[in-house]
Amino acid sequence: MVMHDIARDNPNAIEARNMSVYYGSFRAVKSVSLAIEKNRITALIGPSGCGKSTVLRSFNRMNDLVPSARVEGEVLFHGENIYAPGVDPVNVRRRIGMVFQKPNPFPKSIYENVAYGPRINGWKLSKRQMDELVERSLRGAALWDEVKDKLNQNGLSLSGGQQQRLCIARALAVEPEVILMDEPCSALDPISTLKIEELMFELRKNYTIIIVTHNMQQASRASDYTAFFLMDSDRAGQLIEYGPTAQIFQNPKDERTEQYISGRFG
Amino acid sequence: MAVTDLRRQPNLVQAIGERIIQIILLVAASISVLTTAGIVFSLLSETIAFFNEVSIVEFLTETEWTPLFATKKFGIWPLASATFLTSAIAMLVAVPLGLIAAIFLSEFASDRIRRTVKPLLEILAGIPTVVYGYFALTFLTPLLRGFIPELSIFNSLSAGIVMGVMLIPFVASLSEDALSAVPNSLREAAYGLGSTRFEVATLVVTPAAISGIVASIVLAFSRAVGETMIVAIAAGQNPRLTLDPTVPVMTMTSYIVQVSLGDTPYGTIEYYTLYAVGFTLFIFTFVLNIFSYWMVRKFREVYD
Amino acid sequence: MSTQERASVNVQPAEAERIDRGAGNLKWRHFKGNILTVLGWFSIIFGLGTLLVLILDVLNRATGIFSGGQNWLTWEFFNNFDSRFAQRAGAKAAIVGTLYTISLTILFAFPLGVAAAIYLEEYATDNWFTRLVEINISNLAAVPSIIYGLLGLQVFARWLLFGRSILTGALTLALLVLPIIIVASRESIRAVPLSLRQASYALGATRWQTVWHVVLPQAVGGILTGSILAVSRAIGETAPLITIGALTFVPFLPRDIFDIFTVLPIQIFNWTSRPQDDFRSLAAAGILVLLAILLTINALAIYLRNRYQKRY
Repeated sequence: MVMHDIARDNPNAIEARNMSVYYGSFRAVKSVSLAIEKNRITALIGPSGCGKSTVLRSFNRMNDLVPSARVEGEVLFHGENIYAPGVDPVNVRRRIGMVFQKPNPFPKSIYENVAYGPRINGWKLSKRQMDELVERSLRGAALWDEVKDKLNQNGLSLSGGQQQRLCIARALAVEPEVILMDEPCSALDPISTLKIEELMFELRKNYTIIIVTHNMQQASRASDYTAFFLMDSDRAGQLIEYGPTAQIFQNPKDERTEQYISGRFG
Repeated sequence: MAVTDLRRQPNLVQAIGERIIQIILLVAASISVLTTAGIVFSLLSETIAFFNEVSIVEFLTETEWTPLFATKKFGIWPLASATFLTSAIAMLVAVPLGLIAAIFLSEFASDRIRRTVKPLLEILAGIPTVVYGYFALTFLTPLLRGFIPELSIFNSLSAGIVMGVMLIPFVASLSEDALSAVPNSLREAAYGLGSTRFEVATLVVTPAAISGIVASIVLAFSRAVGETMIVAIAAGQNPRLTLDPTVPVMTMTSYIVQVSLGDTPYGTIEYYTLYAVGFTLFIFTFVLNIFSYWMVRKFREVYD
Repeated sequence: MSTQERASVNVQPAEAERIDRGAGNLKWRHFKGNILTVLGWFSIIFGLGTLLVLILDVLNRATGIFSGGQNWLTWEFFNNFDSRFAQRAGAKAAIVGTLYTISLTILFAFPLGVAAAIYLEEYATDNWFTRLVEINISNLAAVPSIIYGLLGLQVFARWLLFGRSILTGALTLALLVLPIIIVASRESIRAVPLSLRQASYALGATRWQTVWHVVLPQAVGGILTGSILAVSRAIGETAPLITIGALTFVPFLPRDIFDIFTVLPIQIFNWTSRPQDDFRSLAAAGILVLLAILLTINALAIYLRNRYQKRY
């Protein structure tokens, strides 16, 4: 593992430089440059098909799982390009965790769901240490009080909102630095959505969060920075505007951003 | 006329025709129920006739099976143990190889390899069992005797191994179906936590598909229990209570073949034994099939 | 979530104290995948290799192509009846018997199977009878074939007095392959888009007119493919025919469907059971013929599937 903290005062957790993503010969994302600040919540917004999910998935090399996908340009994490030859995507994903659109707990017990990451990574933990880590992660995801008496129950037995927080706890247990969230609330009811948003604010003290959302209010309510993406005439997604959320929503520089957030298209 | 065109009775001939067709189709669909009824009824009637002459206690406790001898003994255990032995050997071959092939094809192989290999493996399942029996007797047994000199010409080892090879595609194909039915979101979740491909396959996907996999194994076992020609040709015709894979044995199915080959007149005890053994075999496989059916249904519930 | 609760939630380790616990032995974690890949290929090659050895071994025994032995796959093999002398024995009665039996099997099973499938897909409502039929079909598909033999022996040979005839054999095999035809036909009928049916009904067609003129023409490829595979299953079946008493030694051609008969797999079984090497070679020749027939049939099925797939 070569990814040491090169500069602790580097304010950026992740930085994409001229990143393009291809599926076969189709360019899905065109030359995105984007620096994500540490311990902040950055929202990626834009109409369907604008490439925001693809950008998110490029940040922890989830696109590697699509056989035809290819990334050009650089994605820097601790100053190192995660797409450089010799970088193991397993190591990248361990440190840049992910929460998905639909809650996807493993069909295992709540405890085993959370303990999965530490186990596969071969962390030498005693039973007590593992218990502590599981508890801390579940507390971190604001789920502990609801499940502490039923840790051996199947994760699938929880409600949708609880399942999603279990997935967050599962991601926290690996102790990542960045958490990517791909529309984490789109399958949830409004109350569960609010809980997750509160949780994100809590988590931001210790983690950098990047969230893709369809929900304009969520972006304006729950994020520090907003990046707006749009499809160009070749159907390739590109970054239109990026800045502090308040500025993007109140005083967008680009006309297309204004049209989008005021609901005139998309 | 006051009645509008819409309310007019439809063409009577056409209506009757439609009705007749529907009844014919219904009858065709009922054949499956009739077949099951026919199986149960014919097996049961002769089995009852059998148990009028032989006590069920003897059938279940006697350790010898000699209905064709002068002193007739009717203990099912020699036949049942041979069936179990050959099937167990087959499973020892088919389950590990089939399962590994399934995991490899579902989680590791590219689409192209999967699309090429699966139909090729299916060929194995399409070879008639009489051909496998021939292969076990005339090729595998002589080959094995090179390593195990005490191996009899007829033995459950060869028969079991060849039966196992025959069942590889069965286990592989059904397990692969179960594995690929696991939603991709689980794989993504596992990769997102920093799993290697191996860990995704063995720690997440396989456990999630376990009931489908178990069902495929149980179904394969049921196939092995009911398999006839391989054991009839290669495992021998000697009913004996043993778990020694090197000696000749007689399975339930081999016994049915042996009696059928002789001209057994109706109404004799030998004729009834066919059905008593057949009924036992039917119960065995029926229970296994129902179990696997239940497993698959349970599997479905998890993801609904 | 109350504020109090939130305060009690202990936070994750702060940035400064975050320690990287590492990913264990990553090389080994990846290597296990390589091991599984090797084992996977081994399993596949073991299966396919056995198949190859089987075919080559049978080919060699039948024709002496590798070891230079006698070639048994001659004109006499096709034109002679079985005999106690291997040099004079042939498979004429068995091959003709197989053709007769299988033709009759298709005649019974195909219309019945397709009709049952049409009923289940196009007519049946979700009631206890439909569910009973469906459970029966899936169970019957897993009943050992020899049990069908016992059924045929009792019902067709004895109760209906058909004896050990081609008719009994064909009826038995028809019941055996019925579930295969029904399942395949249902799948391809189900694949016909609902919009086509609706278009037909909108033109005032009756249910049967819709089935006959719209659904079946669309589904015919899948139905034929499934039925052909069912036929190839029936051709290779031995056990149920032995059970109903198909004979192993038949030195004449069947005159009608009530005549006694033998089929190729039974002939192979019979020759295999004889201890003399020459008969084993005859069995190998029989196996080659059987495999050639099956190969042709399967190739036909694949051809049909590809041909009809292109239409969509």
